[in-house]
Amino acid sequence: MANKAQQTRAAIRFRGRSFLATVLAPELPLDEWLAELDKLAGRSQGYFASRPVILDVTGLAITKRDFTDLIETLFKREIKVMGVEGADPSWLGFGMPPSVSGGKQTEILHKPSAEPPKQQGFVERTIPSLLIEQPVRSGQSIIFPQGDVTVLGSVASGAEIIAGNSVHIYGTLRGRAIAGSTGNAAARIFCQKFEAELIAIDGLYQTADEIDPSFRGRAVQAWLANDKMNMAALA
Amino acid sequence: MSQVLVVTSGKGGVGKTTSTAAIGAALAMNGNKVAVVDFDVGLRNLDLVMGAERRVVYDLINVVQGEAKLQQALIRDKRLDTLFLLPASQTRDKDALTSEGVARVMDELREHFDWIVCDSPAGIERGAMLAMRHADVAVVVTNPEVSSVRDSDRIIGMLDAKTAKAERGEYMEKHLLLTRYDAARAERGQMLKVDDVLEILSIPLLGIIPESEAVLNASNVGCPVTLVDGDSAPAKAYIDAARRLEGEEIPMVVPMERRGLMSKLFGRRAA
Repeated sequence: MANKAQQTRAAIRFRGRSFLATVLAPELPLDEWLAELDKLAGRSQGYFASRPVILDVTGLAITKRDFTDLIETLFKREIKVMGVEGADPSWLGFGMPPSVSGGKQTEILHKPSAEPPKQQGFVERTIPSLLIEQPVRSGQSIIFPQGDVTVLGSVASGAEIIAGNSVHIYGTLRGRAIAGSTGNAAARIFCQKFEAELIAIDGLYQTADEIDPSFRGRAVQAWLANDKMNMAALA
Repeated sequence: MSQVLVVTSGKGGVGKTTSTAAIGAALAMNGNKVAVVDFDVGLRNLDLVMGAERRVVYDLINVVQGEAKLQQALIRDKRLDTLFLLPASQTRDKDALTSEGVARVMDELREHFDWIVCDSPAGIERGAMLAMRHADVAVVVTNPEVSSVRDSDRIIGMLDAKTAKAERGEYMEKHLLLTRYDAARAERGQMLKVDDVLEILSIPLLGIIPESEAVLNASNVGCPVTLVDGDSAPAKAYIDAARRLEGEEIPMVVPMERRGLMSKLFGRRAA
């Protein structure tokens, strides 16, 4: 680690992160459903106060007017709808929550109770990996949010590797390597010959201009420490 | 067994059309029956380089759309009777090429010719995709400069993904043809060296064509450079490249045009 260089610079970070939202799917008649909801909310005070809520109105036979009234009624109950699923696009104008889709079913971690919601942590730590035996050509992107990506050939200028965990390149890295794309600051980038256009770990990125030119053409690894990009020559 | 060869590059102006004409003519001189096909619909040039622009009646689009028979559209070269041109249409655009029509024309060409050399348009759009679609072998034309090399890299990725051969899971044979190479400038660092380009693209080298006035002169007189003067440096390089395509092993030479400079022999094996 003789060539350790620390870069100090405030960086704009773009991160992908998934959050857990509670999905409310109202049923007709709405009055009765709201009464049920009040009962539930009464049992655990403030359950909805700091909880993101998605309103699922898929297949619900209501009008635009019913829908706006429902959003308002929920707001008065301190239920802040952050997104709507299955609504007619014409209902969602200015001031209305945005449309969402593609949600995945998950277990509700915190059933209604007085307890404040906790952040969801990583449950499993098994890391799958993807092996690419050919060179990655300009214009190609390898996206593997599940884990490590290993490339036996080179990654061309204009190509990119996006991995949820670490990126390993046994050829020359001339394009982009993006590690820890799903918010993993422990991910690293390794390459046999460093000529990269851009590298990023956990959303913290550096372009070729910002990287110490002494690393060019060398075997290099990059990692994050205290929100700073670190680089060192390998052997 | 007929072979479909696509001459492609991604970038424009690197010498695809010149190379198509020169390689097509060189293959025909070796006794093969050759068709050169211009896929650059709307911007046709191959007819000019082949000197056949005044004999075009029907074109590729007419044949693809069934308005003319293949035999009506093929133009026999005046100098070599085994060399034929299938010109592109200048008045239509690339949307007139249907994939079924192109497949049918290529199948028909395979019945009549030993080599079908397709001149791809620049870019990565429909015309270029259809030109490479049915190829068995690809010649990637690259100039020794970074933008051409990166575009070639992109095209190589597409050859490995978008061709019929690649989709059948077969290996797509690719060769690098380095054109407009100036050894002296490369030596001074004003141009990428052969080894740099090969390292980046990692495909076998088919030939190195020197930057030469002979190429421009050949275009002006409407004759493939290999037919104008077989002894010029670029003609020799193209003739060697064509023989390598036919499977011969010929040592790679960087032909030099400058007086007083000996040809430089590279110890590299042919592709």
